[in-house]
Amino acid sequence: MTSLILRTATRLLLAVLLLFSVFLLLRGHDLPGGGFIGGLVAASALALYALAFGSSAAAALLPVGPRPLMGVGLSAAALAGLLAALAGRPFLTGLWFVQDFGGYTLKLSTPLLFDVGVYLVVVGVVLTMVFGLEDD
Amino acid sequence: MSSWWTVAPVALPLAAAALAFALVGQRSAQRVIATLTALALVPLSVALLMRVSQLGIQTAQLGDWPAPFGIAFVADHFSAIMVVITAIMAAATAIYALSDIDPARESLQYHPLFLVLVAGVNGAFLTGDLFNLYVWFEVLLISSFALLTLGNLRNQLEGGLKYVAVNLVSSLLFLASIGIVYGLTGTLNFADLAVALRDAPAGLVTVVAMLFLVAFGIKAAIFPLFFWLPASYHTPPIAISAFFAGMLTKVGVYALIRVFTLLFTHDVAWTHGVLAWLAALTMVIGVLGAAAQNEVHKILSFHIVSQIGYILMGLAIFTPLALAAAVFYLAHNIFAKANLFFIAGMMRRAGGSFDLGRLGGLYKTHLWLALLFIVSAFGLAGFPPLSGFWAKALVVLASLDAGNAWLAATALGVGLLTLYSMTKIWQGAFWAPAPTERAAGESASWPLVVPAVVLAGLTVVLGLASEPFIALANAAAAELMNPDLYIDAVLNGSLGTEVAP
Repeated sequence: MTSLILRTATRLLLAVLLLFSVFLLLRGHDLPGGGFIGGLVAASALALYALAFGSSAAAALLPVGPRPLMGVGLSAAALAGLLAALAGRPFLTGLWFVQDFGGYTLKLSTPLLFDVGVYLVVVGVVLTMVFGLEDD
Repeated sequence: MSSWWTVAPVALPLAAAALAFALVGQRSAQRVIATLTALALVPLSVALLMRVSQLGIQTAQLGDWPAPFGIAFVADHFSAIMVVITAIMAAATAIYALSDIDPARESLQYHPLFLVLVAGVNGAFLTGDLFNLYVWFEVLLISSFALLTLGNLRNQLEGGLKYVAVNLVSSLLFLASIGIVYGLTGTLNFADLAVALRDAPAGLVTVVAMLFLVAFGIKAAIFPLFFWLPASYHTPPIAISAFFAGMLTKVGVYALIRVFTLLFTHDVAWTHGVLAWLAALTMVIGVLGAAAQNEVHKILSFHIVSQIGYILMGLAIFTPLALAAAVFYLAHNIFAKANLFFIAGMMRRAGGSFDLGRLGGLYKTHLWLALLFIVSAFGLAGFPPLSGFWAKALVVLASLDAGNAWLAATALGVGLLTLYSMTKIWQGAFWAPAPTERAAGESASWPLVVPAVVLAGLTVVLGLASEPFIALANAAAAELMNPDLYIDAVLNGSLGTEVAP
């Protein structure tokens, strides 16, 4: 599709949507959001890009192909479950790392890592399908 | 840390599958990961079984959320035995696949899918929760569907369509039944549910039990819900067929045994009476179907159905001896049946076809293959001193003990017909004169031969040194007949699981 309006709007929207997807991902622990919906938003941003500029241009935005992305995401989720072993707790137990930086609190946890994994899997799955449809 | 032993048979293949997916495009790395994982599962699951034998039923509460609220994993003798069998089958299949799966299918992610399938099977055996059982069923259904149609051949898609359509109906029924059970009791944890169902209205519980019977009956391929199996199992490459033939229907049988010993024992005369009829019909129809076939792998597919009947018979009689017989039969049948598929794959390579009319003369050219076949086939048919003899003897003994002579007679008659089918393959493939024009045979490489030899060896060992295995089956049956042990381990033991070193 070669619409100037679509291309211009996509350039603007891509960054906003990707930022929004990360926002959703991070907010997901206590509020509506999370890796799944964040991943869907990110994937739709890239799908929009693919619609405007073609799937090869969209694929070039990603550091790896959509399929390895799924594997990396699954591995991250698996790692999040396995990390509990280091603390001597059962599989998938949430571990928290909380640090204060002069008024700001940094909260890292294995559920967050798990959600990042879900995010990557969703992006990978949706983009595999979108690119597959574009190619045919 | 003790809970990790219980989770490991699921977590390890899942993590390995994730890693293999991340290495998409690197076939040799994926092969190494799949093979090493499958091999590592064997000592891990044997260790789990030993822990269960020594320390009693093992539980794990994922995420440290206590039962009945969290995700419970439970390993009693029965579960642990099934996990050990899965590990052995996974290792054998992974090695066989090194030669049997072509590069094209490997590029379509055979290895990660296989690992997910193994994780799904183990998850179904170890879960202590009805809904999670559904989830693991779906995990194994989706990966098995992908494996079944890998390569997109016409007959694969046809078989795969039947497979997935029928199994989705089963999943839907299963899910609906779960909904009813939850509405009835407010819990889905097996142990908690077993307690809650004691006070539920008996008539309603019977209805739910029958719904579960249909849902699991489709998965286990019992009469009259088996027709999808012979239509699909012969279509993929042998490595995939063999693992399916060995394990997948057995997951359905496992689920039947689990729910009809732990949950639905309020009206044994009716529910298990239905099971007895179904067991007899499954045996007879399966073996008759096999007798009508003329291709090795199709004969074997029908025999899967027939053998399921024997295992179901053990559940239907519902005495400690009968359940021990069912567990022993499961173990014996998985090894013997999968091995026959492995051997059928080698027969096709040697003789160029699965069709008995076009095979022949293999006895002269491939004596070792004939020996492997005869051990597994006669093992399946129940020749002493092979494993099938003890399995059948126990089942028949249990039904005579329970005063169920017609069931025993059916089992013996079906055994004879099984022998007929096996002799038919023997006659056609090994003794008949070789056809004049024959497709060039390929020589078998070590990855094909080693798993078949190991499994044939297991058939012999299970037969000749059956005592320790029958003791294990008895222990499993004792636990199955006494659900309070299971309930106690999950609901009260959950607080103490982390105390043990």
